[in-house]
Amino acid sequence: MTVHSAAPISPDPPAPQPAKTSGLKFVVDRVLRIRELSVLVVDIVLIIYFGVANPAFFTLSNIQNISDFFSAAALIAVGEVFLLVCGEIDLSAGMTFALVPVVMVTLNGDGMQLWLAMLIGLLVAAVIGLFNGLVTQYLKLPSFITTLGTLYLLHGISLTLAGSTPLPAPQEGIIPRIFGVWQWSELTWTVLMVLVMQVVLTQTRWGAHTVASGANMIGASESGIKVRQIKIRAFVLTAVLSGLAGILDGTNIAKSFDPNAGGNNLMFTAVAAAVIGGTALLGGSGTVVGAALGALLLAVLQDGFNIQGISATTFVIVEGLAILLAMTLNIYFTRFRARAKVG
Amino acid sequence: MTVNVGVDEPTAGSASRAPVIEARNISKSFGAVTALRDISLQVGQGEVLGLIGDNGAGKSTLIKILTGFQQPTHGQILLDGEPVTLSNVADARAQGIETVFQDLALIDTLPVYLNLHLNKEPRFGPFLRKKLMQENSRRYLDDIGIQIGSVNDDVASLSGGQRQAIAVARSVYSHARILLLDEPLAAMGAKEGGIILDLISMLRERGEVSIILIGHNYTQVLDVCDRVNLLQHGEITLNKRTSETSVEELLDLVSKEYRRGGKLAGNRGQLLNEARDGR
Repeated sequence: MTVHSAAPISPDPPAPQPAKTSGLKFVVDRVLRIRELSVLVVDIVLIIYFGVANPAFFTLSNIQNISDFFSAAALIAVGEVFLLVCGEIDLSAGMTFALVPVVMVTLNGDGMQLWLAMLIGLLVAAVIGLFNGLVTQYLKLPSFITTLGTLYLLHGISLTLAGSTPLPAPQEGIIPRIFGVWQWSELTWTVLMVLVMQVVLTQTRWGAHTVASGANMIGASESGIKVRQIKIRAFVLTAVLSGLAGILDGTNIAKSFDPNAGGNNLMFTAVAAAVIGGTALLGGSGTVVGAALGALLLAVLQDGFNIQGISATTFVIVEGLAILLAMTLNIYFTRFRARAKVG
Repeated sequence: MTVNVGVDEPTAGSASRAPVIEARNISKSFGAVTALRDISLQVGQGEVLGLIGDNGAGKSTLIKILTGFQQPTHGQILLDGEPVTLSNVADARAQGIETVFQDLALIDTLPVYLNLHLNKEPRFGPFLRKKLMQENSRRYLDDIGIQIGSVNDDVASLSGGQRQAIAVARSVYSHARILLLDEPLAAMGAKEGGIILDLISMLRERGEVSIILIGHNYTQVLDVCDRVNLLQHGEITLNKRTSETSVEELLDLVSKEYRRGGKLAGNRGQLLNEARDGR
């Protein structure tokens, strides 16, 4: 997965190698490339379909709608990709999404400068990630269990802090404009984070060690890679991106922060986007761009169904089928790779 | 290059020097299980020490302690006569200790060139220097004489021998002054195994790297090592120059172990007889 964005294979002379393994390898490489590409193809097909079926699809306001559906899920998916690649998951991301803006406006309401309140909100997110990471790595709880616990914990804290009602999101000044009031700011942040973290995953040591920690935890630590640190970092990344998404989303869309916003549905959409995009559930490989394409797929589907007047319940059925199909392909390709190893 | 069995050049003169690496009275217990009991061994400058013994004798545990992956329950490790604490693998690597683990520690989903540079990746700022790694990898593998389709292939697509060669190359093409090789030939055919043995012999001739080689094939061990230690049930029961021992002696020592098991059998097997007879 990490290979294909590499620089074109340098002075490697095209020495005719015994074709058996490299021929099979070539096929595997191709298939893997298509796996990322296939989501893009599906995206394009869907966009063309809805565009043709309904002239309202390509209007500015509808594109804004798609961007709204897309951004928060994609932003959280970036973090989940890093977690899935190193063999973990964060179920509490949707609740971090809800809590961080509540913390921010609460502090702001108590008279703190907005920028400082936001910084502290994101710091709280980092602490949540650190907590998830430390518990999974040092108390050796599976992340599924740990983050299931923090999910309820954070939800409770959000409700308590906000008094169970939505809080108005600040709309005045430069900070809100950068973080949500300008209508494309949420999308801009998302695309920026997707590109940066794709580069981090494929072009840096952090990325390589994330893959190593997920693919072979013992081997990675035998090589001196600090596996726990890598995993804790992924938890912190996910939590901070979730918090950022919460601030952007509430400021941009509802103009308020609902302690019941986002929540588990959003988190599952993000995980689904990652898996549809081709990230292995069992760790060791993944792609941030793929996850963003997966999020786009779900956003276009949801929006397209909306404007076609198809009920939201049908969308949920389609979403379920899409996830099942993507996971089947995902696992099939993992097995295919394992078989290729023997060949 | 020829391997002169029995000519012990490098160690003879270094009697006055402290051993490059020394384990002193190392013990290791996992709960109620004692894996190592008061082990002491030394390797001199440029010396190749063969470590042999049955499965479960504690060889791999010893290697893991010497490379900082596990901590001894008791005992001390000394490098050049100085006591050191190797609290992790990075620590040991900083001291010049490189290891080929029995499980090879390869990352299946990363390409060959990244595996060859795992956790010592050359970088430009935060970015991996992939081109440099690819070129290096190609050169190392050509130099060893192992054929691999492309250094961009994921390791998952390689054969057992190729994988092992990559694990060995990773530690050999470094500035390590101490190499720990845990069964570097286990998954290899005769030809590939020969390639790795040649590599060890070349290093031995250079005389600057001290090596501990764990092996199962006594002929190979006697061929490439200066000295051999036999590890049995957590204790070292033989420590001889390879010139002073033979495959026969080693086999004899090891087989005594299981023959004694046979004699001590007592009335074991009675039920077996009954069960078989009753049919």
